[in-house]
Amino acid sequence: MIASQLPALLVVVPLLAALGVPLLAWPWPRAAWPVAVLATAATALLAVAGMLRALAGETMRYAAGGWAAPWGIELVLDPLSAFVALVVAGVAAWSVLYGAGVDDPRTRDRQGVVAALVLLVLAALLGIVVAGDLFNLFVFLEVGAIATYALVGVGGGRALVASFRYVILGSLGASLYLLGVGHLYLATGTLNMADMAARLPGTEPSRLVPLAVGLVVVGLGIKMGLFPLHGWLPDAYTHAPPAVTALIAPVATKVAAYALVRFLFTVLGPAYLLEHTLLGSALTWLGALSILAGGILAIRQTDFRKVLAYSSVSQMGYIALGIGLANPSGVLGAYLHILNHALMKGCLFFVAGIATLRLGGSALSDLRHMHRRMPVVTLCLVVAALSMVGVPPTGGFFSKWYVLLGAVEAGRFGLAGIVLAGSLLAVAYMFRIVESACLEPRGEDGHGHDRDGHAGPRRREPAAALLASVLALAAAVVAAGVWNAPIVDALRRAPMAGP
Amino acid sequence: MMALAAGHGVYWAAIALALIGFYAMIAHGNLLKQLIGLNILQTAVILFFIAGSAKWGAVIPIASRAAGAEMAAERAMNPLPHALMLTAIVVMVATLGVALAVLVRLYRRYGSFEEDAILDRAE
Repeated sequence: MIASQLPALLVVVPLLAALGVPLLAWPWPRAAWPVAVLATAATALLAVAGMLRALAGETMRYAAGGWAAPWGIELVLDPLSAFVALVVAGVAAWSVLYGAGVDDPRTRDRQGVVAALVLLVLAALLGIVVAGDLFNLFVFLEVGAIATYALVGVGGGRALVASFRYVILGSLGASLYLLGVGHLYLATGTLNMADMAARLPGTEPSRLVPLAVGLVVVGLGIKMGLFPLHGWLPDAYTHAPPAVTALIAPVATKVAAYALVRFLFTVLGPAYLLEHTLLGSALTWLGALSILAGGILAIRQTDFRKVLAYSSVSQMGYIALGIGLANPSGVLGAYLHILNHALMKGCLFFVAGIATLRLGGSALSDLRHMHRRMPVVTLCLVVAALSMVGVPPTGGFFSKWYVLLGAVEAGRFGLAGIVLAGSLLAVAYMFRIVESACLEPRGEDGHGHDRDGHAGPRRREPAAALLASVLALAAAVVAAGVWNAPIVDALRRAPMAGP
Repeated sequence: MMALAAGHGVYWAAIALALIGFYAMIAHGNLLKQLIGLNILQTAVILFFIAGSAKWGAVIPIASRAAGAEMAAERAMNPLPHALMLTAIVVMVATLGVALAVLVRLYRRYGSFEEDAILDRAE
C-alpha cells in the first residue's frame, strides 16, 4: 500500500516540514532545527525503504492526482533514482544534524528561515530524483535553486555577491535546459521521459533533437559546475554559511549529474550516445578539462573552503567523463562517484565549517594546531582527504578505478592519463590542507603558542552533533570502500551500468 | 500577425530575444542590467513554447456542450504549452523576487549596482 506512495512521500515529507518549521519557529525559535532533523531522518528512512524495494526488483510509480502517465505527472523510483535518493537523503540527514549543531553568529537569529529553506532544498532535490517527466524536473530544479540562492545570501556581505552570481548563472542554465525541453516537446509531443524515449526513434530526423540535446547538456553542465561553466560555484560554496554549504556542496551538483544521466540514458537511450560520438567526446573532454582545470585552480587557493570548492569542479569532471564514455565501467564509475564524492565532500565541508567557526577563519594558515585542538575531527579530515586522492580502501579509490577502467576499455589512453593526473593534483591540494592541519611549523616547540602569543592549543572537540555528523560521514567513506562489492552489484541494475 | 505567429518568423524573434538577453547578461558590469538580460532571455523561452502551440484558424480548446456540436480536437490550439508557461512564469517571478531582494541588500550595503565597485568595497 505505502510502496506506491513512496516516490511522492519522499518529496511531501520534507516539503510539509519546510512549511511547518517557520510556523513553529515563530513562537519557538529553538524548535526549528530539531523538527528539521526529525523530518530529514524520516525522509532518509523512506529512502532506505525505497532502496530495499528497488533492490527487490520493483519500480515504484506514483500518478499524481490519479492521472495516468503519459498525460499525468508521474513520479518514479527505479534502481537508479532510489540509489540517488538514498545518497541525497542519507547525506542530507547528517548535513541537517550538522546544521542544527552549528552555532553561527550570522544565522543565529534566523534559524527558522534557514531550517525551512534547507528542507525546501531537500524536497526539491528529491523531487528532481523522482520526477518522471522533463518539465517537472525543471520545476523542481528551479524550486531547489531559488531556495539555494536565498540560503547562500543569508550570510550577507560577500555572500550576497556570490548569491547574485549564482542567480544569474543558475537561471541561465535552467533557461537553456527549458529551451532544450521545448525543442524535444515540439519534436515528440510528449514530456514524459518513458513516453519520449519510446517516441524519439520514430520521429523524422531533424535538427531539433541535436539542438535540444546540446541545450540540455550545457544547461545541466552549468548546474553541475563543470569547467568552464563553474563560475558560480567557488564563491557560493565559500561564502555561504557553514550549515548551508554542508547541504548544497555534497548533493546539489550530484543531483544535476543525475538529471543528465536520466536525460541521456533514459530519454535518449544508451544507443544515442554510441551513434552520436560527438556528444560523447564533448562530454568526456568537458569532464577531462574540469578534472585538470579544477585541480590546478584548487592548488592555487589559500582558503580551505576555496580549495574544496575547486576540487568539486575537478571531481564533478570524473562524473561527466564516466557518463561520456558510455561504457558499463565508465558509467558505473560515475554512479559510484556520485555516492563517494557526496560522502567525502560532505565530510570535508563539515570539517571546514567547524574550522571556520572554531579556529577563527578558513585560511589554510588558520588550521595550525588543528590536530592538537581537535584530533578526532582531524582524523576524519585525513580519511576524507585519502578518499579524494583515491587511496584504497576508501570509497574514492573504487569510483576512480572504474572511471579509469572505462577509459582503458574504450581505448582512450589519453583520458586514462588525465584520470590519473587528476589524482596527482588531488594529492597536491589535499596534502596542503592536511599539512596545515597536522604538521607543526618549523621553529616552534611542541607546545607552540599561537600568533598572538596566547596560551597553546587545548584539546576541545566540537559539540556532539557536529562530531557525530563528521564521524558518520568519515565512517561512510571507509564503508563505501570496504563494502564496495555489494554496492556495485546493486548498481549494475541501473541503466547503462549492466554487465 | 497570425502569419508571423504561425510561420517561422516567431522562432527567429525568440532566438533574437534570447541572444539580446544573453548579451546583456555577459556584457554588462551592472548587476541590475544583468538581471534585466536574464528576464529577456526567460521571456524568449516562453515565447518559444507559446509559438509552438500556435495554429492557423484554431479554436480555443474548451469543449462546449451548449452549442450541441462535438468539438474536433485537431482544430483546437494545444493548451499544454500555455499551462506549462504559466508555471514557468511563476518560477520566473520567484527568481526575479529573490534576485531583487539580494540586489536591494547589496545596494544598501555597498551603495552601487556595479559589480567592480561592489567587489572593491567588499574586500
